[in-house]
Amino acid sequence: MTHLPHLFRHRHLLGIEGLSPHDINALLDLADEAVDVSRKVDKKRDVLRGRTQINLFFESSTRTQASFELAGKRLGADVMNMSVATSSLKKGETLIDTAMTLNAMRPDLIVVRHSAAGAVHLLARKVDCSVINAGDGAHEHPTQALLDALTIRRNKGQIQGLTIAICGDILHSRVARSNIILLNTLGARIRVIGPSTLVPDSIAAIGVEIFRDMERGLRDVDIIMMLRLQRERMNGAFVPSIREYYRFWGLNAERLALAKPDALVMHPGPMNRGVEISSDVADGAQSLIREQVEMGVAVRMAVLQALAQNLPDTSSEQGRNQAVAQP
Amino acid sequence: MSATLFVSASFPDGSGGGLYVENAKIADIGPHVTRVSHGKAAQVIDCRGDLLAPGLVDMQAFIGEPGAEYRETLSSASRAAVRGGVTTLVSMPNTTPPVDDPAIVDYLKRRAEEKALVRILPAAALTKSLQGREISEIGLLQQAGAVAFTDGHVSIGNAGVMRRAFVYAKDFDALIMHFAQDKNLAGEGVMYEGEWAVRLGLPAMPREAESIILERDLRLVALTGVRYHALSVTTLQGLEVIARAKKQGLPVTCGVSINHLTLNENDVSGYRTFLKVNPPLVTEDERIALVEAVATGLIDVICSDHNPQDVENKRLPFAEAAFGAVGLETMLSAALRLVSAGQVSLSRMLEAMTSRPADILRLPQGRLSRGAPADLIRVDLDEPYVVDALKLHSRAKNSPFDEAKLQGVVKLTMVAGRVVYQG
Repeated sequence: MTHLPHLFRHRHLLGIEGLSPHDINALLDLADEAVDVSRKVDKKRDVLRGRTQINLFFESSTRTQASFELAGKRLGADVMNMSVATSSLKKGETLIDTAMTLNAMRPDLIVVRHSAAGAVHLLARKVDCSVINAGDGAHEHPTQALLDALTIRRNKGQIQGLTIAICGDILHSRVARSNIILLNTLGARIRVIGPSTLVPDSIAAIGVEIFRDMERGLRDVDIIMMLRLQRERMNGAFVPSIREYYRFWGLNAERLALAKPDALVMHPGPMNRGVEISSDVADGAQSLIREQVEMGVAVRMAVLQALAQNLPDTSSEQGRNQAVAQP
Repeated sequence: MSATLFVSASFPDGSGGGLYVENAKIADIGPHVTRVSHGKAAQVIDCRGDLLAPGLVDMQAFIGEPGAEYRETLSSASRAAVRGGVTTLVSMPNTTPPVDDPAIVDYLKRRAEEKALVRILPAAALTKSLQGREISEIGLLQQAGAVAFTDGHVSIGNAGVMRRAFVYAKDFDALIMHFAQDKNLAGEGVMYEGEWAVRLGLPAMPREAESIILERDLRLVALTGVRYHALSVTTLQGLEVIARAKKQGLPVTCGVSINHLTLNENDVSGYRTFLKVNPPLVTEDERIALVEAVATGLIDVICSDHNPQDVENKRLPFAEAAFGAVGLETMLSAALRLVSAGQVSLSRMLEAMTSRPADILRLPQGRLSRGAPADLIRVDLDEPYVVDALKLHSRAKNSPFDEAKLQGVVKLTMVAGRVVYQG
């Protein structure tokens, strides 16, 4: 995985918004190669040798942080994890001050997760290195959308023409937003299914068809993406109870049978079994949930590599003080 | 099931004739229905020119079961109902425990089938424990048989909660029924502000307590499209808000209690706590406006707002006494006062207590048409009587009409083709 079939000319990956179909396909092609690398015994590559990658997580995360860490390490980068618990934010430092401080340590890549939409954009404007959005509030989570797209492409051959249902808490989901943008860009038809409290009518503006009940929404779809329902939203604020949510919007075998016979089930994790998805479906033959996790590492390797190719060359000593050329 | 034939009946629209009941449904109606044509009926009832009307559908009645059976049970409420000509009533969820769990809806339905002479349809809580904070299980409650969602006489103050509840209820096409009264504005008020409150020295509330919440609710209806029924509109401001919403074509309806149509705040003089109701009684001018609004259809529905309270809660200084009045048994004859005064036509009055509430609740009863459930009442419109509260069939006797001279007596009540009361 050394040649980029299409030059990915972005300095940061802040979202799927703004990426062309070519950009996305280039990343997915690169990720396909990364899958092969990850399946070898010797997984170590040196394309990021000498680079410093900081994983800056203001919001707790297990799988995404681990996935980015592994991806960076497999490509030979020096990876440092910073989580909010150990950061100076607790001491009152502002986001911008934290960014400036980290910038002074001259990292090459910063991976950021933050609970506020737009926080990653703000940080990206204050640093000289490449920034990857690992989730900002309810805005975007681009690497999740890319790994979902990779998983679908590898199983269905292509994304164009598929009917994909995204079910559950669209309102608060950055995963849903990034997926909707990406899958629309690649020519899928997207349905969103859920109660109006979690799937507001206004969501139709970004190119989806809204369904209120699972029975109609799941009919003849190729892919079902379930979203996690946060616990604090289950007790009357957005939905009255877990049992009511599961009764009307949970995915079980009966409802899965309404989709196409070869329909596949996805979930970004972590799952609430018995809330949005039944165990038999989550662990069943049509589930891609574990494969998604594997694709996560590959996609992050691809993103790190694509962005690193736009960084100043490691042999250029003066390059470190120049702003990276914008496309 | 045996068939029943009513002959020599007058119908609400002024026509007359016979009505034939078979299999719990109205099988035929009109001047052509006679002993000759339908003489095979097992039972023939000669109405002798009395009114034969659909049984009343009451959208708002409080019953003490479960939790306050000393005030009223499903059984005692239904005995009062059949005498008042009410054949369907919607029970409010303000019980102990409140009706916020599908199991309680199921219990009430089974219990009513077993014990009640009339159809009792549970309304379920719109928010958990009637606390106005979290949405109740509208989907599961509806599947269990709840016909509407309301916090009863508790008004929901939080607009954010209300908005979400509306948004969520809309997905289930559920009917919201709300008691519109701003708790903070109403405060300790037991009357509306005005001369009488000043004279009596009682704490009072501004009429805006009603109109502000109605205004808020109807803007949220415009936002969400949910079906909304204002349980009890009592002020001119409130009527204005409703009129505007209806003009906009919003899915909005409203009701008024029989008390507000037939009593006014002057009646409270002497601190008569049996006339302490919420919302409070209004001035005579306002009462007349409410009656006119019923006549024009701006107010869709007349309800009993039946609310039994025991004597211990009523024999207190006015401000401390409980709100509420029983009304199932006297609703019809009290309403007929307005008909004999020429203020509302008989057909419109009956519509507001039968087909209109049935439409809002999406029920097939409440009309005299072929195929409709045979829920019928025979009424002698002219027979006078004096109300004796002690003889009412509710467990609680807190009637504001005690000793009132009323006219119009229910002679027979039929529910689902079965005669459940004969006077």
